[in-house]
Amino acid sequence: MSPSMIRILVTLGALAMVGLGLALPWLKTPAIFVLSYGLAALGVVVMLRGGQISFGHAMYACIAGYTVAFIQRAHPETDGVVLVIAGVAAATVAGGLIGVFVVRYRAIFFGMLNLALSMVLFSLLAKLYEFSGGTDGLRISRPPLAGVTLERDGFESVLLVASVAIAMFLGWLVQRYFRSAAGEALAGVKTNEARLEYLGLSAQRVLWFGYVISAALVGMSGALFALVQGLVTPEMGYWLRSGEFVFIAILGGSVHAFGAFLGAVLFELIKLTAAAYLTGVWQMLLGITLIAVILVAPTGIAGLLRMGTRPTEAHR
Amino acid sequence: MTALVRTEKLSLSFGGVVAADAIDFELHAGERLAVIGANGAGKTTFINIVTGFLKPTSGRIYVEGKDVTALDPRRIVRLGVGRSFQLPQLFLEHTVRQCLEIALIGKGGGLGFFKSLSQQVDRKEIDHTLDLVGLRERAEEPCASLPEGQRKLLDVAMALALRPKLLIMDEPTSGVASEDKLDLMNAVMRALEEQKVTSWFVEHDVDIVTRYATRVAAWISGRIAADGTPQSVLADEAVRREVLGIA
Amino acid sequence: MTFDLLLLALADGFSYAGLLFLVALGLTLIFGVMGIVNVAHGSFYAFGGYTAATIALWLVERQAPTFVLLGGLLVAAVVVGVILGTAVEAGLLRRVQDKDPILQLLVTFAAFMIFEDLQRLIWGAQPQTAAEIVDRLGNVELFDVTYTVYQVILIPAVAAIAYLLLRGFLRRTRIGKQIVAVTHSREVATALGINARRIGWLTFLIGAVLGALGGALAAPITSLVPGVGTDMIVLSFSVVATAGLGQITGALITALMIGVARSIAVYTMPELEVVVPYLIMVVVLLIRPSGLFTVAQARRI
Ligand SMILES: Nc1ncnc2c1ncn2[C@@H]1O[C@H](COP(=O)(O)OP(=O)(O)OP(=O)(O)O)[C@@H](O)[C@H]1O
Ligand SMILES: [Mg+2]
Repeated sequence: MSPSMIRILVTLGALAMVGLGLALPWLKTPAIFVLSYGLAALGVVVMLRGGQISFGHAMYACIAGYTVAFIQRAHPETDGVVLVIAGVAAATVAGGLIGVFVVRYRAIFFGMLNLALSMVLFSLLAKLYEFSGGTDGLRISRPPLAGVTLERDGFESVLLVASVAIAMFLGWLVQRYFRSAAGEALAGVKTNEARLEYLGLSAQRVLWFGYVISAALVGMSGALFALVQGLVTPEMGYWLRSGEFVFIAILGGSVHAFGAFLGAVLFELIKLTAAAYLTGVWQMLLGITLIAVILVAPTGIAGLLRMGTRPTEAHR
Repeated sequence: MTALVRTEKLSLSFGGVVAADAIDFELHAGERLAVIGANGAGKTTFINIVTGFLKPTSGRIYVEGKDVTALDPRRIVRLGVGRSFQLPQLFLEHTVRQCLEIALIGKGGGLGFFKSLSQQVDRKEIDHTLDLVGLRERAEEPCASLPEGQRKLLDVAMALALRPKLLIMDEPTSGVASEDKLDLMNAVMRALEEQKVTSWFVEHDVDIVTRYATRVAAWISGRIAADGTPQSVLADEAVRREVLGIA
Repeated sequence: MTFDLLLLALADGFSYAGLLFLVALGLTLIFGVMGIVNVAHGSFYAFGGYTAATIALWLVERQAPTFVLLGGLLVAAVVVGVILGTAVEAGLLRRVQDKDPILQLLVTFAAFMIFEDLQRLIWGAQPQTAAEIVDRLGNVELFDVTYTVYQVILIPAVAAIAYLLLRGFLRRTRIGKQIVAVTHSREVATALGINARRIGWLTFLIGAVLGALGGALAAPITSLVPGVGTDMIVLSFSVVATAGLGQITGALITALMIGVARSIAVYTMPELEVVVPYLIMVVVLLIRPSGLFTVAQARRI
């Protein structure tokens, strides 16, 4: 699929999402959830490009979400834009610090260390009631957006449009990154770290940049999630949530940045179906789908659609 | 004149196997060294130690007089010591051209995040390197689809693209079809000559050794058993017996 | 913390470490041979536990003697280990053995998610246990503190026996030696005529039975609820990673360390109980990136 084709598809998808959301108001929140999950999965995809898998990335959504809640608790009038920026900043800084430590590890160690750290965060948030509201979490009231105070419906409409714009922009930016020196080197970490070192590049540094970018993306996801849900709970950082992000990333495929959003749409559809017809077997459904994807289409939807094909090859 | 590479009593053992046994070694700019030795003699291990991939149990390594014993391969490469590998080390999910593009990141602007890599690096330079090893036609193919011989060429090309002062090649012609061996060596040696690169290559084929080397070192069980002009080393009795298998 | 409490914590920690060790042993053994960290191992534990509780309940209703009850636990472990182990190894892992290692890992993760719901469908969300066995075995007294025989004697004994048997098996028997050979190098072992595939399957079953045995032995002293499998996989992984992947004796020492630290935390800082194993793992890996007992090995290039 050529880049212009992808551009057209992404634009159509974005318009469809905004259009549907505005026409059928009950679709607004699910649509924002899709975008939020897509952003988080995009963060996981960045790590997958580097050949690493994290079972704890939801911690960055959690960090961003709680940052939003804490700031609002301290300064109730803070603007939504500021809250989101602060949330992403917190996740990015946390990613930078934790990254220094975790990029020294590979494969299962990398995955499980992230998991362990996220579980520490989860347990602390759940236990330190005074500070974090315990398992009940913290409420977030609707903040003004860019100086304008809105009713619930208007707030959600603006949030939907903003989320679509953010997702498109970040998706584009990440795709640029994948094709850049840092991004291609990241893919080199996956296939041959020793060679990368022998080219004078530091695999750890390359991976660290990827890690920080992925933490920022998941942070953005968490900040949006917190605003639309109006509540943050420790569940946001639970391993199952990280697992869902990984699931979406694999489903969507890592050959192209926008695959993550396709994965998120499909994930939401499975979830809605499960909620309607198959209550109680949600995880089983995810597991079966995951196995099916790995066996049948290991490159995910983006791979099936040949979204990763590069122009030079497409022209041949 | 300081040696390009010098080692002092370099030793390393794996369990009971002594792969490098107190090796003293010097290589000067302009030399073309061929290393010969039976399988398991320690030729690759010595390269791995000199380039920082393995750490010696004792001894020191100097590159142009600078002590590099504690440095990583990355730092040693930046001092101008490039290498190719006995088993080609490629980026198997990239195309041939992309492998060379990644090779040039360090030379051409470093880790950019926005500009596409193919625009960041010098396309002409890559084409030149591709021509040199005869891979131009296959430039856009995934390198995973190359046959072993061509993987070997690409592996050498990636090291060459860095324009090192010294290029260490670990069996550059193994896996290459015998009728192509000389073509490959001709091309590589021409490029090295052109860029004034010192070379050090491991080679089992005596014909190639005599044709291209100005100096030969023979490895036996983790030691340098003989070192000197090709004629003298190839005539050495121990070398003939242990390395070449001639009575 | 009083001396009595410390003793209690130690006894608790000891028996907990026994369970942890059995599960971690299975995990590390499978990793050694297959090169995969099997996330579904947590389900082997959970299914072992639930099945044991069900069998024990059925036996208790029929007034079965104590040794039959204990035999029931063992039967549960073997049945669960063989069935689930075969399902995962032959049904899934073999199909993906040539794929990206990440995908292999994810397949076991997917299997784990499926088992989680299966377990809920079969046993529901009500806590299950087999406490009768503990009562039957009675108590012992040490320094004026009363412990159950089950916790301070039976579990550590089973763990020790499993450790010694496995070590003997790996060192003395032909199949055991083949397992060790495959662990060192699959290629070399295959070149020597060892059927690496069969060895992989066998090891997977042994590992799965060990995981299920951990669960079965836990059934009498814990109340099984949805989620026990998750806790256990993460915890046993932290044991395995802290020890160094594939290290059997290391896993024993680490399991003791983590088990005891955790129960001391239970008595002194209950809020931190869950966090302690993770903290130990993080700190150890910070200092020794490939675990306490691993001898670092460079990839050959
Ligand atoms: N990473 C390692 N771990 C254990 N032993 C090793 C390792 N690398 C090399 N060896 C051993 O060290 C000795 C020297 O190996 P090396 O690869 O350096 O030999 P070589 O001269 O390059 O042989 P060849 O001609 O086969 O390439 C051999 O006995 C080999 O088995
Ligand atoms: Mg060699």
